[in-house]
Amino acid sequence: MYTFSNKLRIGSFIAMALGVIFLAIGFVSTPSTVEEAKAMVASAHGDGHGEAHAEEAVSHGEDQGHGAEAAHDASHDEHLLHQLQNRPWSALYVAAFFFFMIALGVLAFYAIQRAAQAGWSPLLFRVMEGITAYLVPGGIILFVILLLSTLHMNHLFVWMDADTVAHDELLQGKAGYLDTTFFLIRAAIFLGGWIFYREYSRKLSLAQDEANDNSNFVKNFRWSAGFLVFYLVTESMMSWDWIMSLDPHWFSTLFGWYVFASMFVSGITVIAMVTIYLKSKGYLENVNNSHIHDLAKFMFGISIFWTYLWFSQFMLIWYANIPEEVTYYVARFQDYKLPFFGMLAMNFIFPLLVLMNSDYKRVNWFVIMTGIVVLFGHYLDVFNMVMPATVGDQWFIGLPEIGGILFFGGLFVFWVFTALTKAPLQPKRNPFIEESRHFHY
Amino acid sequence: MASKVIQALYNDDDVLMHAVKKVRAAHHHIEEVYTPFPVHGLDKAMGLEGTRIAITSFLYGCLGLAVAIVMMNYIMIEDWPQDIGGKPSFSYLDNMPAFVPIMFEMTVFFAAHLMVITFYLRSRMWPFKKAENPDKRTTDDHFLMEIGVHDNENELADLLWETGAVEVKVTEKES
Repeated sequence: MYTFSNKLRIGSFIAMALGVIFLAIGFVSTPSTVEEAKAMVASAHGDGHGEAHAEEAVSHGEDQGHGAEAAHDASHDEHLLHQLQNRPWSALYVAAFFFFMIALGVLAFYAIQRAAQAGWSPLLFRVMEGITAYLVPGGIILFVILLLSTLHMNHLFVWMDADTVAHDELLQGKAGYLDTTFFLIRAAIFLGGWIFYREYSRKLSLAQDEANDNSNFVKNFRWSAGFLVFYLVTESMMSWDWIMSLDPHWFSTLFGWYVFASMFVSGITVIAMVTIYLKSKGYLENVNNSHIHDLAKFMFGISIFWTYLWFSQFMLIWYANIPEEVTYYVARFQDYKLPFFGMLAMNFIFPLLVLMNSDYKRVNWFVIMTGIVVLFGHYLDVFNMVMPATVGDQWFIGLPEIGGILFFGGLFVFWVFTALTKAPLQPKRNPFIEESRHFHY
Repeated sequence: MASKVIQALYNDDDVLMHAVKKVRAAHHHIEEVYTPFPVHGLDKAMGLEGTRIAITSFLYGCLGLAVAIVMMNYIMIEDWPQDIGGKPSFSYLDNMPAFVPIMFEMTVFFAAHLMVITFYLRSRMWPFKKAENPDKRTTDDHFLMEIGVHDNENELADLLWETGAVEVKVTEKES
């Protein structure tokens, strides 16, 4: 049995408390009026840039005539206000989704290992089950954030604003799908299905330990195969609902796969990191460096798979350059250069070069170091998917963003390691456990 | 040097593995082992060094990437920077996404083919090469271990019979 170390528990509490404080500062310091928003931007940009911007606006207004100038400025200012008000919400949402997606990615990996009857991984099933325990609190928090969005507490999803839809024929055309009630029902179905599979599979997994036959194992195999079908459909729809609908004018066919690759590689990375941590504390004595090697191979392979999808989505849109599609990347190229290309270096080039060598994949600190870079890279990936639609060029990785990471990171660690204490870390009578114990690559 | 060799035939890979370990423990130098299929762990038991072919492959891949970049930069950007369908031919970076499929394929092409050729050269394989096979049965269901003889023929033969050989013979080695 694993005992939650006090250091880690206190650390997770401190992270959560700091996160709450940072997020609160973020929420308190948002402007509530247009004037405050303008003042904030002017002071933030400093003298030179602010003045240049103002002059530009004046000359721009003069060209258009006075009536247009006033109307244009007013709408521009209101837009700015919404962006600034969105910032702490987006920071909250990005971090909430990121940690939820890790747990969901681990769940998909777990179901694949069960459905494929992998011989090497049963030793790690309890670690994976521990991580997927976060689906419950993470899913509930995400659902609450989505619910608050539909209640107009924020402006994350523009299509939820009836006034905007009234002036936008594109959104009217999509109103049949992008409807707040239907949106919440869908979210509830996705979350309900995922959490149900997680809880039921965990129950069967624990029952298998005490059973005299393999009926629980067989049942788990069937449920896992069924879950993968459900997951394939719901994950794709979830990515349209929760991420793509932030840019409701834009659409991309392989977006669901792209989000999947991101969550899958983050999930595998977290499995590897938690496994190495538990092993270093002496809890997983049967896990050898071949298991780590396999996980690192998955990290390496899925990182490249993620890059493949990232590039396929980007290159097809860049090549054809159709205006309605390309605006998505124009916004990211102009305002998000560093996070956009930085994430490519972190998610592709770094794991490619570090994890290519077979010997390095067995070295714990190499895997941990790559894991940290990959996780930050995929946080940035979610950041790049969400922020341009919600805060536009007003982004910054400051207190609310770090607060979001700290809070959900702390909650994640607390919940996952608490779940790990609930059951023995090694399954007792899984049919493949002997093979897994002697796994050697 | 050792023109005389002793050859022991086995009909089971497990027996062979144990024999290899035993012969190595007795400090005899195994010149060669012939098997009909890859025997997992035989290289470790024989104490062979790991292959470095993956490293050569990585270097060949880098070469392929460089060739692709230099080629397309010269053709598309420097030599004749035409406007083809509005693609930006001002610098390599501007038009890079369009070159990535070729960069990728060239990397894989060089890495794969040059590595295979390296493998052929290093293991001396080519068409019309005379097969180096001391006993035809080793391509079907027998395993053969070959050890050089240095005036210790009887001692070696005893050791090999002890390891479970089904046949032991001493022959003159050609070449």
